[in-house]
Amino acid sequence: MLTLECPYCGIKACETELAPGGQAHLVRSGAGASDDEFEAYMFARTNPKGVHFERWRHAYGCGKWFLAARCTATLEVFGTYPAQTSAPPARILQEISARRPDERAPK
Amino acid sequence: MSTRLASGGRFLNRATVQNFVFNGKRLRGFAGDTLASALLANDQMMVARSFKYHRPRGIVAAGPEEPNALFNMGRGARFEPNQRATTTALFEGLECESQNHWPSLEFDIGALNSLAAHVLPAGFYYKTFIHPRAFWKHVFEPIIRHSAGLGKAPQDRDADRYEHLYAFADVLIAGGGIAGLQAACVAGESGARVLLLEQTLHWGGRAVNDGAQIDGAPAQDWIAAALAKLTALPNVTLRLGTTVSGVYDHGYVLANEHVGETTPGDGRPKQRLWRIRAGQIITATGAIERPLSFAGNDVPGVMLAASLRDYLHDYAVSPGDRTVVVTNNDDAYLTAIALKEAGLSVPLIVDARRTLTGPLPQRARDLGIRVEAGWAIAAVKGTRRVTGVSLCMQAGEGGVIEEIACDAVAMSGGWSPVVHLWSHCGGKLLWNPEQAHFHPDPARPPLGADGKGFVRAAGAANGQSQNACADADHAARAALAHLGQTARTDLTLPVLEHPTQAAMAPVWVMPQGANQKLRAKMWLDYQNDVKVSDVQLAAREGYVSVEHTKRYTTLGMATDQGKLSNINGLAVLADSLNEEIPQVGTTTFRPPYTPITLGTLAGEARGEIFQPLRRSPMHEWHSDQGAYFEPVGHWRRPYCYPRGAENHADAVKREVLNTRNALGLLDASTLGKIIVKGPDAGRFLDMLYTGVMSTLPVGKCRYGLMCNENGFLSDDGVVARLDEQTFLCHTTSGGADRIHGWMEDWLQCEWWDWQVFTANLTEQYAQIAVVGPKARTLLERLGGVDVSKEALPFMGWVEGTLGGFPVRIFRISFSGELSYEIAVPAGHGRALWDKLHAEGADLGAMPYGTEALHVMRAEKGFIMIGDETDGTVIPQDLGMSWAISKKKPDYLGKRGQERPHMTDPDRWQLVGLETLDGSVIPDGAYAVAPGSNANGQRHTEGRVTSTYFSPTLGRGIAMGLIRRGPERMGQIVDFPTTTGTTVQARIVDPVFYDKEGAKQNV
Repeated sequence: MLTLECPYCGIKACETELAPGGQAHLVRSGAGASDDEFEAYMFARTNPKGVHFERWRHAYGCGKWFLAARCTATLEVFGTYPAQTSAPPARILQEISARRPDERAPK
Repeated sequence: MSTRLASGGRFLNRATVQNFVFNGKRLRGFAGDTLASALLANDQMMVARSFKYHRPRGIVAAGPEEPNALFNMGRGARFEPNQRATTTALFEGLECESQNHWPSLEFDIGALNSLAAHVLPAGFYYKTFIHPRAFWKHVFEPIIRHSAGLGKAPQDRDADRYEHLYAFADVLIAGGGIAGLQAACVAGESGARVLLLEQTLHWGGRAVNDGAQIDGAPAQDWIAAALAKLTALPNVTLRLGTTVSGVYDHGYVLANEHVGETTPGDGRPKQRLWRIRAGQIITATGAIERPLSFAGNDVPGVMLAASLRDYLHDYAVSPGDRTVVVTNNDDAYLTAIALKEAGLSVPLIVDARRTLTGPLPQRARDLGIRVEAGWAIAAVKGTRRVTGVSLCMQAGEGGVIEEIACDAVAMSGGWSPVVHLWSHCGGKLLWNPEQAHFHPDPARPPLGADGKGFVRAAGAANGQSQNACADADHAARAALAHLGQTARTDLTLPVLEHPTQAAMAPVWVMPQGANQKLRAKMWLDYQNDVKVSDVQLAAREGYVSVEHTKRYTTLGMATDQGKLSNINGLAVLADSLNEEIPQVGTTTFRPPYTPITLGTLAGEARGEIFQPLRRSPMHEWHSDQGAYFEPVGHWRRPYCYPRGAENHADAVKREVLNTRNALGLLDASTLGKIIVKGPDAGRFLDMLYTGVMSTLPVGKCRYGLMCNENGFLSDDGVVARLDEQTFLCHTTSGGADRIHGWMEDWLQCEWWDWQVFTANLTEQYAQIAVVGPKARTLLERLGGVDVSKEALPFMGWVEGTLGGFPVRIFRISFSGELSYEIAVPAGHGRALWDKLHAEGADLGAMPYGTEALHVMRAEKGFIMIGDETDGTVIPQDLGMSWAISKKKPDYLGKRGQERPHMTDPDRWQLVGLETLDGSVIPDGAYAVAPGSNANGQRHTEGRVTSTYFSPTLGRGIAMGLIRRGPERMGQIVDFPTTTGTTVQARIVDPVFYDKEGAKQNV
């Protein structure tokens, strides 16, 4: 029963009003992609014990998709941010490196 | 014998007698009793048979840790199994019976298992009952099923109701003992929103019965003052009879309140589930006393020492006239002293420690109680109740040096903090060798969203029973600091004093050198019948992980969950493995702390309000006509409209023939209707659909398919272009919300720079399909819109006023007939529906349901999402390459459909199936191919996806996916049925009716 703050409406939403959407920052490989590119896009997912970037939708709220950076082991949340980005924003990365100095930089 | 004393009992109201029934016997107790105290007051020493060996068992404890006294409670619609007598408040008319016995508690056939104990060792399921295989099903399992298991499953619908309640707190405190009350006072008086929940019906915890003094006065005085203070604070909520059962992520907590259990049928909910979000949680959950492992420690009459003291003080119950106390610590002396002071006999205190230095042993001796240091119990005598004990030296192997007659044994093996709530969400533990217990490690608490601890333990739950007030004060101040709130500095810290206790000495087996025979009678887990010898056997057989040993031996399973058996069990395991206890570690503590009935978790979400139902604007009309409804997503749609004595098949047949020959009306309101609008709407739909939508002219409709990125077909429907920038996408009835979410996902997360808005207007419009040769005649009668072939050709749409209604008419057909789908604002739906029926009566207008719709679409070879598709089917499998653009550079699913497996000519593909004898192929039947696989199963080469009796053609028709189907027209395939027969069918074109489309194109 996580709580994640929706970056659009500012509500600290309980997990019951959110819908999960899996790993964030995937790069779509459509027509013309190689087998490897398509496999990476469709099937290859990280499963880290530690910092992870995820897609969530405020399904029973404003309906917006957003992204969250959190630790899968401790459930610590480093921040949430709008989905309209292809990489985590600098403030989120700073927050992670401040709290997890040993963590490898995310791809 | 166990009896009620003439006076005393601080929880009793002797003025109110309460009658209850146990195993058919009428018994009496008093208001304030628990079921356990009332049973003991009636000398019911034996209350249960054990799980595996069916040994006689009595009440051991006075709280939720009770392992034996589980009862079937109530009857009929109020029957509930596995209710603990120690946590069940007595009420007038209570009925209960003991579990796990047959034919009766006193004479039990299953007790023969005791004689066969050597074939029921740890892991006996795996070892003993493997061979011969057939014996398992026909001999072992029926016997084990009959004799094992806890309680019976209720047979009737639950007559009670349950409810959920949502609550928020800055500081949630679990446990209303001294520590909990002190923490609540500090947090509450500092202004925090406090929720204090206590599982029992009384505040103060163990303090009173443990002889604690606060500020120089009996603890009861301070408890009363603290409660008065807390009750007056508007920011503090107090609840008794409410168990915090689980701590979850980010401060989410479930608690279970007992509301109307003692007043069944009075209209109040039986239980209330609190769903709490707390800023900080303080677990002041106390500690649980541990049993000692000596031979016969499960004979009725052997009880935990502090529990025995509770029965004496709280309920004026004396479980025995002569009680032997056996201990490894000073706390149990309080029980001996209390018994002596109540005028009862304590012939001996057996203390496993060699030297006794504290003031409590001295006080016992001063009262004339005999105390023997370094002694142990060799064995308990008696079977259905204690008759005596034989004694030995703790350091020895069990050579008996004396026997003493007694009728109760009070044992104490030390105390284990209740760390369950701390551990549920990841809090870690530390081992304290002096107290021989695990306690919360403050450096490794469960972490909240901010990465900081959100649970703090206080008092005995923190291993700080002697220091509970100061510890709780500290916890409350730390919690407030975390929340950014200021704790008041002018509050005085109460001074808590307990009778001084000397150090305890860990004792895991009594006597230390007990032989195999004695160890096979030492119970670690009463509820699951796990003995010291079982854990030692598991260790010898190679089990080194405590988690594996738990599952192999069943130690600590069921309702125990690490309450009574945990530490003793893992100490024996550690000893067997020659490891230290902290290295072996504990099993994982999981919620709930005590069992919650499923009714409470369901709350009010049952019956009609289990989930919201969606109804079309014409629902009431359907209902009035006696329609038979079927669920479609959350909708309820008419399946058919039986008339008179018609059965459903007759009704469907009539509806199909009437629609084909005259005029049918379908409520199509549930159809998904999503508006997609904006400069990039066409481009967006070109990505979503396999076909091209951007070229669709305004005023026209086009059928489209949507796939997921794997290429699998996910939804279909007709798209109408309303204007240059606006499209109306029809989806399947069950798919509207999902497809709308799918569109939003792509627009928000992938193509966020495209200028497109979507809106799901499904419920804003009612939609009516007017179908059949006389459809045009009916619309012309209503008038106002030119619906001629020229003005409104097939796959066109117009807007206008039809018979006074503002409508949009789509000339589309899912039946193969001349067909118009008319959309009106939902508020006009019923009126238009009524008008169409009235004006069309003499044309033969009749409603038809979803089954007629299915039959007619199958006659035409139209696919249905969910029938022809199952998440593994691509449009190419369905012969729908015509709906896939070859020119578009990309669409969702295109790359997936290019994978070799998707282009394999061996894929199962859509064909029609015509049975040779005209019968209907059973739903879900598979087509078999020659040969069999490695498991001896027949090869398959296809399956039926839709199968119906066609009233139009007068025989069975079906669609199916067959390997290389379209290449095999005219071939015969076999469909074995579940009754052993085989239906033969010829592969044919899937369009059975009006192949040229002449009927819809008029």
